[in-house]
Amino acid sequence: MVKCAAVSCIMESDLKTTVINGINSMRLLFAVFLMVSGTLALAAPRGDELFAAHCAACHGDTGAGGVGVPLSFPSFLDSVDDDFLRKTIRYGRPGRVMPAFRILSNAQVDAIVRYIRGWSDKPAPVFSDKPVAGNAKHGKQLFSSYCAACHGADGEGGKGTGVTFSRKRDLPIIAPALNNPGFLAAASDGMILHTLEYGRENTPMRSFLVQGLTEQDLDDLVSYVRSFANGKTPFDTPASSTAVAKTITAESSYSLQETIENLEGAIVSQNFILIRTETLEHGLIAEGEEDSKEIILHFCNFSFLYEALKLDPRVGMFLPCRVTVTERDGKVMVTTINPLYLSRLFNNNELDEYCRQMHDVYSAILEDATL
Amino acid sequence: MKTWFAGALLLCSLLQLPSLAHAEEIIMTRSVLAFPEAMLALQESIRAHGYTVSRVQRIDIGLTGMGYKTDKYRVVFAGKLEEIRQLTDKAPELTAYLPPKISIFAEGEQTVLVTLNPQLYAEIAGDAIDPIIFTHWESDLRSIFRDVNVAR
Ligand code: HEC
Ligand code: HEC
Repeated sequence: MVKCAAVSCIMESDLKTTVINGINSMRLLFAVFLMVSGTLALAAPRGDELFAAHCAACHGDTGAGGVGVPLSFPSFLDSVDDDFLRKTIRYGRPGRVMPAFRILSNAQVDAIVRYIRGWSDKPAPVFSDKPVAGNAKHGKQLFSSYCAACHGADGEGGKGTGVTFSRKRDLPIIAPALNNPGFLAAASDGMILHTLEYGRENTPMRSFLVQGLTEQDLDDLVSYVRSFANGKTPFDTPASSTAVAKTITAESSYSLQETIENLEGAIVSQNFILIRTETLEHGLIAEGEEDSKEIILHFCNFSFLYEALKLDPRVGMFLPCRVTVTERDGKVMVTTINPLYLSRLFNNNELDEYCRQMHDVYSAILEDATL
Repeated sequence: MKTWFAGALLLCSLLQLPSLAHAEEIIMTRSVLAFPEAMLALQESIRAHGYTVSRVQRIDIGLTGMGYKTDKYRVVFAGKLEEIRQLTDKAPELTAYLPPKISIFAEGEQTVLVTLNPQLYAEIAGDAIDPIIFTHWESDLRSIFRDVNVAR
């Protein structure tokens, strides 16, 4: 932004200067050149800053884990190549909280990968790009006896993700989803094989050679894990995410005051506690001067709230629950957020059911109060 | 000369931030500060950016009683009256989302901040609103989060 503003500044001063002789324009050219090269130097991305801005909230400021899994363990860095890291950042893990960072440039992604790599004193491992040709059928049997307890019967991952904040930090890391299209697109067969051979020290993932499986067994497991992909890619968007209304809205057949009273009744009858009724402008302007035709009702149900925060601490943004009532030109409207729209933003499959329930509660309250 | 400027401007726009279509939908940051200090840094920065903190809502009442691992969870509402008025006037759908809010919660010894990318409001408001206002909000918000992130 600033850089462009500078260019338009020059442009302006240039328009003002009617004398454009050769020397002046040379100077100008040089100034623009300096500016552009300055811009390029400024644009050289810094991995530490990018990590702090985009990753640290979940993975911890030193990569030790949080909502996301730890990234700084030597056992992790020794078992993933840079291509895996790059692709994981780009594709994310659809439905498993880890976002797809399409907004970052290639140079920015590379800077982050270099920064992460800097936590290890060893160079990045290099894996064979030869596909592993094991017996997926036998792999399936092995998977259900050796892996399903942690990674889920169909590789869907443990309940929750990473080391979420509502759990104690010393509890084990939750096993990632292996049937995830983002994981499968990022991981090579060689990388999966290496993880099975060596495990990841300091995590529940242990070496399966040490646990008595043979190299052939591991090949079979890799082929089975690979078969989860089943044609899915990280770019397939679930049907539910397209064209969802952003709000739930109803026009009330009652006056503003009656509608508010109806809402209070409807909220209680849905087993929620009314916390507070106030103007939308409350706190933004002196009391008494707020627009009295824009009213918010806040309400809550503690066990519901607790369940939601356990699934994903970020949903607190939409808590406590609220409905907004407005009157414009005699028309009384009741509006809430649409939890179905928000469920997509969190990229967390486990929230979907909760958001559906919340959607139904909001719809019922609106219907009760306005009809 | 003109083409030169066009060229420079084009180069500039190519160097600009990536397109909105792929904007980060949820913006988060972490502070190494403990909850009370991070909260202070947040509110200071919000005010320094010219916004009013209109309410700080506790949502943790009863959480620890239910075995939750943190009791420090707040939602901070903030905005500018004139902007909010203009928006809710022209785009009534936005009344469900405004004023904008930031959640702030303790994670161990540190603190995590989460908010919606204001660009989403543009998606919700549709054609009724010039999206430039949300671009400003996003840049202010990122600047506020940076302040909290580097505060010591
Ligand atoms: C909103 C939270 C969140 C953010 C932000 C986030 N991640 Fe993640 N990340 C996760 C979660 C959760 C997982 C584990 C997914 C699972 O369990 O299936 C993960 C997994 C990963 C993995 C795979 C780890 C493994 O064991 O294979 C890498 C690599 C990674 N993230 C890097 C990053 C980087 C780099 C950034 C910033 C550009 C980032 N993440 C931002 C939550 C996040
Ligand atoms: C005791 C629980 C447990 C068992 C059993 C287990 N895993 Fe894991 N696995 C984990 C955890 C936890 C991680 C994440 C480690 C980390 O954070 O780096 C993991 C990571 C992995 C990864 C890397 C995933 C990624 O996102 O980087 C693969 C591949 C994997 N496991 C495959 C298997 C297979 C195949 C089996 C069965 C042979 C198996 N695991 C058994 C807990 C387990």
